[in-house]
Amino acid sequence: MKKLLMASAATALMAGAASAEDIKLGVILGFTGPIESLTPAMAGGAEVAMQEVTESGKLLGGSTVTPVRADSTCIDAGAATAAAERLITSEGVKGIMGADCSGVTGAVLANVAVPNGVVMISPSATSPALSSAEDNGLFFRTAPSDARQGQVLAEVLMERGFKSAAITYTNNDYGKGLADSIAAAFEGAGGEITTVAAHEDGKADYSAEVGALAAAGGDILIVAGYVDQGGPGVIRAALDTGAFDTFALPDGMIGSALEEAFGDEIEGSIGTVPGSEAADASMVKEKVAATGADASGPYVGESYDAAALIMLAMQAAGSSNSSDYAGKIMDVANAPGEKIMAGELDKALELLANGTDIDYVGATAVELIGPGEAAGGYREIVIEGGKMTTAQYR
Amino acid sequence: MDFLNGFVALSNFVLIPAIAYGSQLALGALGVTLIYGILRFSNFAHGDTMAFGSMIAVLVTWWFQGMGLSLGPLPTALLALPFAILGTIALLLITDRTVYRFYRAQKAKPVILVIVSMGVMFIMNGLVRFIIGPNDQKFLDGERFIISVREFKQMTGLREGLAIKTTQGLTVVVAVICVIALFWFLNRTRTGKSMRAYSDNEDLALLSGINPERVVMYTWMIVGALTAIAGTLYGLDKTFKPFVYFMLLLPIFASAIVGGLGSPLGAIAGGFIVAFSEVTITYAWKKVLTYWMPESLEPDGLVQLLSTDYKFAVSFVILIVVLLFKPTGIFKGKSV
Repeated sequence: MKKLLMASAATALMAGAASAEDIKLGVILGFTGPIESLTPAMAGGAEVAMQEVTESGKLLGGSTVTPVRADSTCIDAGAATAAAERLITSEGVKGIMGADCSGVTGAVLANVAVPNGVVMISPSATSPALSSAEDNGLFFRTAPSDARQGQVLAEVLMERGFKSAAITYTNNDYGKGLADSIAAAFEGAGGEITTVAAHEDGKADYSAEVGALAAAGGDILIVAGYVDQGGPGVIRAALDTGAFDTFALPDGMIGSALEEAFGDEIEGSIGTVPGSEAADASMVKEKVAATGADASGPYVGESYDAAALIMLAMQAAGSSNSSDYAGKIMDVANAPGEKIMAGELDKALELLANGTDIDYVGATAVELIGPGEAAGGYREIVIEGGKMTTAQYR
Repeated sequence: MDFLNGFVALSNFVLIPAIAYGSQLALGALGVTLIYGILRFSNFAHGDTMAFGSMIAVLVTWWFQGMGLSLGPLPTALLALPFAILGTIALLLITDRTVYRFYRAQKAKPVILVIVSMGVMFIMNGLVRFIIGPNDQKFLDGERFIISVREFKQMTGLREGLAIKTTQGLTVVVAVICVIALFWFLNRTRTGKSMRAYSDNEDLALLSGINPERVVMYTWMIVGALTAIAGTLYGLDKTFKPFVYFMLLLPIFASAIVGGLGSPLGAIAGGFIVAFSEVTITYAWKKVLTYWMPESLEPDGLVQLLSTDYKFAVSFVILIVVLLFKPTGIFKGKSV
């Protein structure tokens, strides 16, 4: 009895002191596959946050944080599940920054994160279906759901006087979810959707797809695709055949490749991409660029924020166990509390250690709503003079 | 006026793309059919040979562009075409020396040669990716349109526009020249005649003193020229991406088989049949029908028989139907 008491007292003591440990965090992104050009910078963003925390020496009494990368492949749910399983069972990660694409994120969440009770924050999965996924309060995302983007894009279209539109989407979870939400929001606002048709990525020629879209007609063509996959092919075919000359382009289509390919041929086209005036991701991007990765892509700031949220919640809960800190994520992300910008993780950890509330703003003005997803500020883009220019923030 | 508008819409979305695509398929199918007729096997490496040929055209085009050479309104790739043809011929002759000749000497069965050609396909596939990578490459320059939608509308005052791309016009012109040259060669020259003789009856041809290795060599050279031209035209008109040429294999074989394997005329007819079926069956007819039908009969839906996703299914179906009911094809080629 005495021994048992001593043992339990000792354990309690150790837990109470929150002795410094080496915390591993999983970074599961599609390092191979269709977005392999974006993921090194995203992982870099998350690792910048971890490095910042480790260097501050203030997390849970001086714990260090080590990233462990794994490949989600973006499209192969089986491979992503196996990779995530390895992170948890053999690496013993305390939280997962990832996954990236909506399909694999859902698979990893259902097959690995929930059964093992590990927190998962995705920087870039935007499918509306994930809002209602069974997650036991373990899943969050620093990217907004596409349901929100659908509303924003519909508002932009209505304000600019487009009354009817045809939609084509890349044939996957992202494209389908986004197309559905745009169609619902646009029709809800009184617009007319003439047709919703899928296109496959990686084809040589989209004139047949565009022929069908042209037959349906509309003031504008909404292309919910990828800028380095089929999207530009669809736009090219539509321009060549004179089927459409203005386009509405959601986040996947916004990139410098668009300006290079079309310039002023798509004058007056509009776009929406996650972004906010309240936060500045340039610090993160500079640090990521310094590692040699190409930081011009999207979701670098979101990745930084996802990793930062996990570590700040650990600090707030005083524990690196998912079951303890999962409930704190919404608290550190939202008001009330002192605003924390990117690069101020040191200060945030100290405030939390002293029991002060924080409101994490980070690199992308994080504000988590509903089932733990970003509220979603968007930048409205107009193509003017062959350049993407910011019209306003919404 | 409505009739004209409908016709212009039809031309813009169906007739012109299908004619250009049909010409590209016909050139590809001619190569397949020549190899089948003379070397007696289905060459699965054909698509990747096209990729190799167009890859050379792309690289040489970039080099020319770097030097500031251009053809004015025409794509610089035309200047690069002779290099692409020579390169492809060299590749095919080397392949024949190192691979096919060994099996020919053994009198291997056609099915073994088919499997061998698949091996060759994977090697060429890897070679192209190794040299230029798996991504899209742009090499088109010059004037994009012979007539653009805007010009056409201004000229005619019609509501519908019509666009003819330079590459589409070029494809058709070059294809016609190639076909005339090929038929002239096969029917009028001594070598062409010896090739036909060899194809019709190998033993008789050998008895009459035709050198089989010469015939084989000429066949590969012609096929090399055809594949390089077909591949480059396809790349110019659509996009250059190694994987796309591999995907082209199915419609090309469908074309060759529909027309009758071994029959050059059949390959051309087959190319256009497959192209027109693919495009018309997956086209949404709503716009055209709205112009042509009386108002009371105007369609509500898109009037699309098959979604465009099923484009390849169309060539599959044609292939199966022909193999079931007319295995020798329209022009009485060899049965498969």
